[in-house]
Amino acid sequence: MTPQTSFMVLAPVDPLREAELRLLLDSMNDAPGRLKKPCPLVPFHDFDTLHVARLFLVDDQTTGDVAVYGIAPRRYPLYLAFLGDVDGGADAFYAELARRAGEGLRALFSCCMGFGPGADLVDWMRAHHVGASASYVNWRGRTVTQVREEAALREALAVQVRTDGLDSRHLAPREVHRLLRAAVRQAQGAGRLPLSPEAATPIGHKARNLLHLVGVPLVLLLASPVLLVLALVALVRLRRLEKTDEEICPRSDPAASAELSRLEDHDVTNQFTAMGSLKPGPTRLFITRFVLLAIDYTARHIYTRGRLARVRTIHFARWVFIDERQRIIFLSNYDGSLESYMDDFINKVGFGLNLVFSNGIGYPRASFLVGGGSKDERKFKEYLRRHQVPTQVWYKAYPGLTAADLERNVRLRKGLEATELAEPEAREWVSLL
Amino acid sequence: MGVAPVTAHEVDYGDVQGLVRFGHGKLTEATYALLRVKQLEAARAWLRSAPVTSAIPTSPPPTTALQVAFTADGLEALGAPAAVRAGFSPEFLSGITDESRSRRLGDVGANDPSLWEWGGRAAVPHVLVAFFAAPGRLAGFVQAQTGEAWTSGFEPLRWLETSQLDGIEPFGFADGISQPELDWPQARDLGAARNEYGNTVALGEFLLGYRNEYDKYTDRPLLELDSRSAGLLPATDAPDKQDLGRNGTYLVVRQLRQDVASFWRFLNRLAGGDRARADELAAAFVGRTKAGVPLAAMQPAAGPGAPRKAEAVRLNQFTFDADPTGVRCPIGAHIRRANPRNTDYAGRPTGLARLLADLGLGRKVFREDLTSAVRFHRILRRGREYGPGLSPQDAVALDPPDRRERGLHFICLNANIARQFEFLQNAWMSSLKFAGLSWESDPLVGNREPVPGCPMSDAFTQPRDAGPAHVVTGLPRFVTVRGGAYFFLPSLRALRYLSGA
Repeated sequence: MTPQTSFMVLAPVDPLREAELRLLLDSMNDAPGRLKKPCPLVPFHDFDTLHVARLFLVDDQTTGDVAVYGIAPRRYPLYLAFLGDVDGGADAFYAELARRAGEGLRALFSCCMGFGPGADLVDWMRAHHVGASASYVNWRGRTVTQVREEAALREALAVQVRTDGLDSRHLAPREVHRLLRAAVRQAQGAGRLPLSPEAATPIGHKARNLLHLVGVPLVLLLASPVLLVLALVALVRLRRLEKTDEEICPRSDPAASAELSRLEDHDVTNQFTAMGSLKPGPTRLFITRFVLLAIDYTARHIYTRGRLARVRTIHFARWVFIDERQRIIFLSNYDGSLESYMDDFINKVGFGLNLVFSNGIGYPRASFLVGGGSKDERKFKEYLRRHQVPTQVWYKAYPGLTAADLERNVRLRKGLEATELAEPEAREWVSLL
Repeated sequence: MGVAPVTAHEVDYGDVQGLVRFGHGKLTEATYALLRVKQLEAARAWLRSAPVTSAIPTSPPPTTALQVAFTADGLEALGAPAAVRAGFSPEFLSGITDESRSRRLGDVGANDPSLWEWGGRAAVPHVLVAFFAAPGRLAGFVQAQTGEAWTSGFEPLRWLETSQLDGIEPFGFADGISQPELDWPQARDLGAARNEYGNTVALGEFLLGYRNEYDKYTDRPLLELDSRSAGLLPATDAPDKQDLGRNGTYLVVRQLRQDVASFWRFLNRLAGGDRARADELAAAFVGRTKAGVPLAAMQPAAGPGAPRKAEAVRLNQFTFDADPTGVRCPIGAHIRRANPRNTDYAGRPTGLARLLADLGLGRKVFREDLTSAVRFHRILRRGREYGPGLSPQDAVALDPPDRRERGLHFICLNANIARQFEFLQNAWMSSLKFAGLSWESDPLVGNREPVPGCPMSDAFTQPRDAGPAHVVTGLPRFVTVRGGAYFFLPSLRALRYLSGA
């Protein structure tokens, strides 16, 4: 299994070069929200291990909200963020980036503070790497190559079914399976429809994963006497805070919404970037860190096969702290339009969203961390839209494919590779064709 | 169940426009005037004196009815202050032709608003006046209502005529069979609603100022109390504010041209000229036979809010629960996309099972959780057909084919256009990816525009019991959007406010 890694480079923009940087970012698109193909500045399409990537300016419109707590808003620099999700390690990918996209990245990063003409690109990116506090991968171990091979397989199977009239003949499902399997093997014999075998899991990853699987609960268990006391204190304080924390969910600015909308719905999948400030004080920070730890743990060990709780539309997502954990960014790649995404959020994982987002300033009132919050549809939608940040450049390696498509293709491939299917499995398998 | 919440406020039917409660089905003649305001005072004077039909039933039933609605441009033209207009929903304010919205609604290619006959970026109406009348009475009714104030106040942009095709839409199918029922008494048990598909929907889904399926109030303009707003009702959720939205709702109009000749010719070709087979395929597209009989199996017990008339029961008492793979009624059939008849959870779990379902730790069925719960996405349809009828036989036989303009003036009511009409149109009708499908949009209304990365967008999948699904490809575009706009259908009090009374 090839593990997926997320990378993210974050650097403050040189205020004198901001306009130039914005032009450079725009130059990567045919139109807002539509990346050039090929994109000469950063040839995303040439990387066969890159799933999704984006470049955006960390332009938070809500930094003033902290004033409701009597705290003077801090002036944060405007950052440029460059991030993506890749097969294999981040370091190897940085090296590949420098090799294939060095010139373009230099042009981009030269608009940031501290990137001189003599800077070593890889070192600089590594020095500006920001790790995620929690990250979700729709299907751990599924590589870009696998996605593409399985999509080609599915299309070929669809054609084969029609050519052979299997969609109108009355053959037993196991017979259909046998025929299609033979056809694919024949194609493979002729060098078509490759299905690369799964790579061996790197031993280091295996060890780290196992350590994480066992280690996190173990540490929590050992620390439980302290944690329980802390949790109790936190809960008491939390309830007090939840009753007094202010909601900031005004009607969203039509111009800002229109700008965000222009970037959306160009593919069956969309990007989502939202950010905000954490509510002040140790209680909220403690809770947020604990919740993110739990999300990261479950995403790594439980939600590894196409489902984040009930949500089946997210390809990659992550939560990233910045600015000494005063601010947090949520980034995701989801299927459908924003309205569908909100529907999933509110109706399927409202509790999960509240766990994290209710620690953000201005979130609709939650109760006991899981209730309320997103259940107030109107306020929740306004809150998210207000915190959303335009994603100037966005790339997805497999346009036209949703997470559900990818899951179907995995199931089709798996079934096809089985020499023989039992009757119920064969029946299910042919129904996916 | 059944205990009215303390916040329930009885509905003043006299304040609600009749169209919310009645389809005016007995008033078989109708025409919709799309108007621009020419002279403000005259327009307001007409609006003040217009006999707008309320939702109070009368005996004997009326022989005419009239309803009025405004676009965002119309509210501006009528002099509604910017601060008041800003309280309406963003999608209403930016309008149906906003470019980003067009992408979501499938209004691209041949459906692009720049090609529309009306409502496109240049020809947006201000006011919609809908006239309904019993047979033979429409012309007289219209004439009586369009006197001096009308002619000096308005400039007609277009008159949308309708035709009476006896409840059959132009493709030849019985129409308007399934409609949500409004929970007028506001007694809906939302806890039970999670696990039950029913036809009753919270009043707030269709009428502003009342609780919706989330048990919340939809956004709408709430005004400070002053001499002008004093005639409005106070907001239930903010008693110190006057509610301009209360007892009003949003009305979506889309003129959909239906290419009936192309529809039946395509099916006829697929069926190799076998008429019964063509009917079968057409029924698979729709999910019902021409007579309206659903392909899905009837269910023994009526769900809550199920219609009571025997005929309606026969045609409506079903869900797709017993047909998860679409063998009886294809997943992509028109009525299944428009209303998946599902609940918040597949399998309706309770207790521990629901907790497991919430955590996503239940069974891993391929289609599970791919379709949103329908109760948040219902619309109330009030459309009417237009153009001459054309039988399936003539559609195939006539040479040259009869391609006269005909179709549907699609009209629907909803309190939240983004969550109801737009979601339905985007995620369910237009999306190639509805419920795990890949390469097909709605067989009737899909635009067939290519989608990057998808080998096709013009398929239709008919799952079979034990074998690969039968896939029809090369579906032409049968429906073309010819016009459209978002309107606000005000309460009678709001109408008086807006017309300066």
